[in-house]
Amino acid sequence: MACDTVDTFPQLLLRHAKERGGRPAIREKRRGIWHTLTWRDLADEAEALACALSARGVQRGARVAVLGDNRPRLYTAICAAHWLGAIVVPLYQDAAAAELTLPLQSAEVTHVFAENQEQVDKLLEILPLCPSVRCIVYDKDRGMRHYQQPQLVSYAAFLAQGHALKGSRSDVLRAEAGRAAGQDAAFLFFTSGTTGEAKGVVATHAALIDRARVAAEIDGLTDVDVTIAYLPPGWIGQNVCGYVQPMVVGHCVCCPESSETLIADMREIGPTCFLATPRVLEALLTQVSMRLDDAGDFNRALYRRSIAVAQRVGARILARGAVSMLDRLAYLAYDLLIYGPLRDVLGLSKVRVAYAAGDALAPDLLMFFRSLGINLKQLYGSTETGFFVAMPRDGRVKPDTVGQAAEGVELKFTAEREILVRSPGLFAAYHRDAERTAEAKSADGWFNTGDIGYVDEDGHLRIVDRAVHVGALSDGTPYAPKVLENKLKFVPYIKEAVAFGHGRDMVCMLIDIDAAAVSRWADKRGITYTGHADLASRDEVYELIAGCIATVNRELALDPVLARCQLRRFSILHKELSADDGLLTRTGKLRRGAIAERYGELVDAMYAGHSDSAGVDGSPRRKIRDAQTVAPAGSRRAA
Amino acid sequence: MIAPVQTPRRAFAIGAPILQLDSISLRFGGVQALTNVSFNVLEHEVRAIIGPNGAGKSSMLNVINGVYVPQEGAISFGGEQLKGMTPTRAAHLGIARTFQNIALFRGMSVLDNIMAGRTLRSRASFLEVALQLPRARREETENREAAEEIIEFLEIEHIRKTPVARLPYGLQKRVELGRALAAEPKVLLLDEPMAGMNIEEKQDMCRFILDVNDHYGTTVVLIEHDMGVVMDLSDRVVVLDYGKKIGDGTPDEVRSNQRVIDAYLGVAH
Repeated sequence: MACDTVDTFPQLLLRHAKERGGRPAIREKRRGIWHTLTWRDLADEAEALACALSARGVQRGARVAVLGDNRPRLYTAICAAHWLGAIVVPLYQDAAAAELTLPLQSAEVTHVFAENQEQVDKLLEILPLCPSVRCIVYDKDRGMRHYQQPQLVSYAAFLAQGHALKGSRSDVLRAEAGRAAGQDAAFLFFTSGTTGEAKGVVATHAALIDRARVAAEIDGLTDVDVTIAYLPPGWIGQNVCGYVQPMVVGHCVCCPESSETLIADMREIGPTCFLATPRVLEALLTQVSMRLDDAGDFNRALYRRSIAVAQRVGARILARGAVSMLDRLAYLAYDLLIYGPLRDVLGLSKVRVAYAAGDALAPDLLMFFRSLGINLKQLYGSTETGFFVAMPRDGRVKPDTVGQAAEGVELKFTAEREILVRSPGLFAAYHRDAERTAEAKSADGWFNTGDIGYVDEDGHLRIVDRAVHVGALSDGTPYAPKVLENKLKFVPYIKEAVAFGHGRDMVCMLIDIDAAAVSRWADKRGITYTGHADLASRDEVYELIAGCIATVNRELALDPVLARCQLRRFSILHKELSADDGLLTRTGKLRRGAIAERYGELVDAMYAGHSDSAGVDGSPRRKIRDAQTVAPAGSRRAA
Repeated sequence: MIAPVQTPRRAFAIGAPILQLDSISLRFGGVQALTNVSFNVLEHEVRAIIGPNGAGKSSMLNVINGVYVPQEGAISFGGEQLKGMTPTRAAHLGIARTFQNIALFRGMSVLDNIMAGRTLRSRASFLEVALQLPRARREETENREAAEEIIEFLEIEHIRKTPVARLPYGLQKRVELGRALAAEPKVLLLDEPMAGMNIEEKQDMCRFILDVNDHYGTTVVLIEHDMGVVMDLSDRVVVLDYGKKIGDGTPDEVRSNQRVIDAYLGVAH
């Protein structure tokens, strides 16, 4: 297609407004009703907003931040900023004020679009530290009536101002949209930083558009597809799914009413393309198991049987593989009775393709969704690599791989098996950090991902873990924490697991229980507790978790390599790991360094063989328990 | 140039007295529930009535909204003397309330409960509604919009269609507040809005009460046991003990009032 040469967002927006002006671009559920913004509406509003922004001094290359939940106005603001050639800095809406200081300072952001009073309050708190911020546009005016700061302006007033200016500036703006070039920076993402301070990653228009185009081609996305925007807008994944992909394909993005109504809203809107992080999928599975616990015996038995069939043949049916007629009939029957309704309850009945990204997904979890007939795929990519590096193709999905390299991507491996990527989607540079850019990206365009992996016999890329996390036990057994943790996280009662083992004589775990699932389990057994900390220290709960770990150990024992990585000891944390404590990133990845530091004493006590540890800051003692292990079954199963 | 961060000011400045209670006395047979109690409520303020158990707080609220008719004393609302107040009249005047023990339609959804609070605002006749004539349909739309605004305001979108009986206590309290708000009241009477809640629910409720006062300018009269909550929330506090007013003023004044301290902590006789 000739239009494939268009490689900037403003030009794509104008093209959609012309070619499919009447089709929905963004839908939003507000006050109980879905409202639609067509491509023409979106372009009009973005143009007015761009007028107002340029009147307030936004020029090519200026930095404009967006801070808030997924709302149409957030995306309109991004469109407007790109229209003027400004660079958008998406921020995490649940970040604390102090966390926002670094991005605002280092990017020298001048204009911020903030969703509501909560976000404005955070910005005002750090305003003295960020002198570059000149203008804050807020969307929701609730509670904002008595704010007098000269920097503040409401979105409605700002938009009205833009509409008034539009007549006189229309030509200038059209010219501005035409001046954009693919190599211009479009976004400045501040990466979640599992290891250190957040880095600013500069992504260009062309890089993001190229990757999205390749991905859309692979999965055949068209402008009738529908996707739902619910992940943090500070993350590249949400921007790709909610902005880049629709801009490339011309499909519609839906914004749910609130995070609590997400599932109900999904059932109403029926997304066909769905992006999730492993954490979201784990939460969905936990919800299914919890609701099933409340079902009657007959229903439970039926569900168990149906899942057994699904796990045996579901994935093969989805991949259009060979399945016996009997199995096919059984699957069809259960599809009517169980899988179909279950997909509907999860709001996934119309999904053609679902992606898991952001972190490694447990193969069991992937297969669970696939066996229900949901075409879930694990993606591989990062902020630096334009999100799409490798993705499984329909009909050729292998659960423990991330599929083949996407078109345009070249892969190379170092002697230590670190993955190097060269792709048109690579980031331009780290923001104002030539040194780190040079470290990560070679002169001839190879990027060091920091991930360990290899390509298997079918040409599928397998990711082992982050290079810094891969190690060996003291006896030389190779050890990668992610695999072990993911096996445990598949258990509904376990929300998060942190493995330790590098350079040690055995593997120990810190466990974070899933409060909702475990408290329901406790309720049913009449176990009384006062709160999360109390529940997490009950002996019954330790027994429950020990049982889960023993099951996992039995599985591990079947694998000759992993058998020696069985979990020996564990302790349950009294407090959930959270991003507010700096122990997780905003997308929910573990920050191992911070966790090891915070719980150092407990970890040492586990290895020293103690049965409990005095907590930090005078918190109660944490118990430590041994887990049952199984002798390796090397002889039972050929390696 | 950076402007100094200012502390948020009130959107609605506190105005003239909207509600005036003069020498109210209320008896049930031989029991003297209220004795010669006088105080006023200023427009746009948050006014608390506190006191130990049996001090006459709920009776006071019931007098204001016409459930009880006091034997002596006078009530004026918006400068007008009111004789023979009834709950219906109070509602028409713009006084809405919530109850100590939740009084919602338990089988109905949250949305329907809040819509029920709009009944007074409807002008369409029974026949018009039954036949779905234009005016009834228009009003239905308006009422739904108003109800949805409140649902958004109170952040209960996710339970819009849930029957009230299935909700936890804290949320039911919030729905009850929503129903009271649906009448677009000038004065909101809250009878122990935070009773039986945990800390988190209390904090939420406090925020909503302050937001209602700030956003809609609604005057709030509330009864509360939790002293901490009262002191943070209210502009002025009335203290009752055995049906008599023993203190009246800002939270700080009331806190340092010896009679109030005695009533709460007891004194050696």
